[in-house]
Amino acid sequence: MALEVQNASVVYPAAAGRPPVEALSQIDLTLDEHDFVVALGASGCGKSTLLNLIAGFLAPSSGRIMLDGASVTGPGADRSVVFQKHALLPWLDVRENVAFGLKLQGKGRQAAYAVADKYIDLLGLKGFESSPVYALSGGMQQRVGIARALTCDPRVLLMDEPLGALDALTRERAQELILRIWQQTAKTVFFITHSVEEALFMGTKLIVMSPRPGRVAHRFDLGFSRQFLDGTPARRVKASAEFIELREEVLRIIFADEEEAA
Amino acid sequence: MSERTEPETARVAPRSGVFAWFARSRPTRPGETYGVPGQGDTLVLSLLTIALLIFVWWAVTAAGLVKPLFVPSPLAIVQKFADVWTNGFTGTPFWQHVAISAARVFGAFLLACAIGIPLGLAMGMSPVMRGIFDPPIEFYRPIPPLAYLPLMIIWFGIGETSKVLLIFLSVFAPIALGARAGVRSAAIEQIHAAYSFGATRWQVLRRVIFPSAMPEILTAMRIGIGFGWTTLVAAEMVAATKGIGYMVLTASQFLQTPTVIMGIVVIAAIAYAFDMLMRFLERRLVPWKGKM
Repeated sequence: MALEVQNASVVYPAAAGRPPVEALSQIDLTLDEHDFVVALGASGCGKSTLLNLIAGFLAPSSGRIMLDGASVTGPGADRSVVFQKHALLPWLDVRENVAFGLKLQGKGRQAAYAVADKYIDLLGLKGFESSPVYALSGGMQQRVGIARALTCDPRVLLMDEPLGALDALTRERAQELILRIWQQTAKTVFFITHSVEEALFMGTKLIVMSPRPGRVAHRFDLGFSRQFLDGTPARRVKASAEFIELREEVLRIIFADEEEAA
Repeated sequence: MSERTEPETARVAPRSGVFAWFARSRPTRPGETYGVPGQGDTLVLSLLTIALLIFVWWAVTAAGLVKPLFVPSPLAIVQKFADVWTNGFTGTPFWQHVAISAARVFGAFLLACAIGIPLGLAMGMSPVMRGIFDPPIEFYRPIPPLAYLPLMIIWFGIGETSKVLLIFLSVFAPIALGARAGVRSAAIEQIHAAYSFGATRWQVLRRVIFPSAMPEILTAMRIGIGFGWTTLVAAEMVAATKGIGYMVLTASQFLQTPTVIMGIVVIAAIAYAFDMLMRFLERRLVPWKGKM
């Protein structure tokens, strides 16, 4: 296995007369090699907190995060993150942004740019190497962000609602692109989303999270991305009876959990 | 019932009268955005205003409404400029007055940048630095330089040190505070992304936070040098024998109003030219400002 979250809890200490808040409660999660694990849930269910734990930005109050058998003690290039937006550096052009991680690790310009160009090509950004990133569309900016995270060759790629700010049509194209790249690079991915359809389409494993306290309420194994990668058009996958049935079931679960928690 | 038969559009048509402008905006032309406050080009109006002001100035003096001692004519200023340009002022060539004043202001400015930018960044990055330096800077910042000029002279004498130091102090605070505020410009996603690629704290500071802060630092530099020019005349009040501020002060003691106005215009012109240079630098250094 690549990464393991072992019985991790996050508790925000009591403040100003309020009791302590349990943001995450006893999370167990295993990311096997080449898994595409999707975390789905309403706002406030602790998805981002879980990602921050795995990324090493946040230390668990109890439990631990293990990466290849070693405990995670902070952020590192073996777990690079793709954010929803605002994460690119506007003073750098596309190539410099993509090579940013490698430069931080002390790679020389020549070597860093060679790797960067490979991923620029992979993400379909060829011809835009010298463009300023602020001149790109939202979809292209996200592709730069993904390319940048991939150049670090992370053990686990963490994606925090990477497509949340895109328009619906661009978003579907980006889903397909990410799946193809996931297949080509054989990465292990942890992916957060609000969209049930996106979660079902993209993941090999789905965790549905529930708020107050944040916990993993349900787990599913999924095979829709495999269908797509085997050649079924994305829309046909998403319109299949099996897909729609599961989509409605997951939605039912989420709404039921919400009512229960409220 | 006649009101009822009025066409529907009549209700959204602007009211006539003085307050129509406040009541409702008309639809914009293609290429403009509806309701953006204060949009439109101002160059022509600005040039017209300048021309009008000079014309009124000329008309008032030419008609003899005000004595030349109080307001000399525009032409007298130009003549005085030509005179000082060729003959100098109090035995010193004009360019030396300009050079020495510029040296004082820009010297103080560079010193303030060299100390203020790193210190401001450090204050933004570290609560320890902020805790130590925030009280003294905030304490002296609102004090007019003229108030502590005597102290500068008592402590540092009447030489260049006290002059440059006085200007330095007025430039330093806005630059340090601008750099400090600029630290907050980096989005937390940019910082987190850098850490997730294995960056050290120093790398995050140098490669994310500092570039993000550049627009605010440049703005602070523009504001700072403005304070520097404001303080110049005060700095040259004591024991100066050269400088534009000295020229203005000396001329005022001899009621040479044309020289006073000429000196003011020269200071304004240099400050304006430098501001233009800074704006040019801003466009070159941070073309991404406000775009992401």
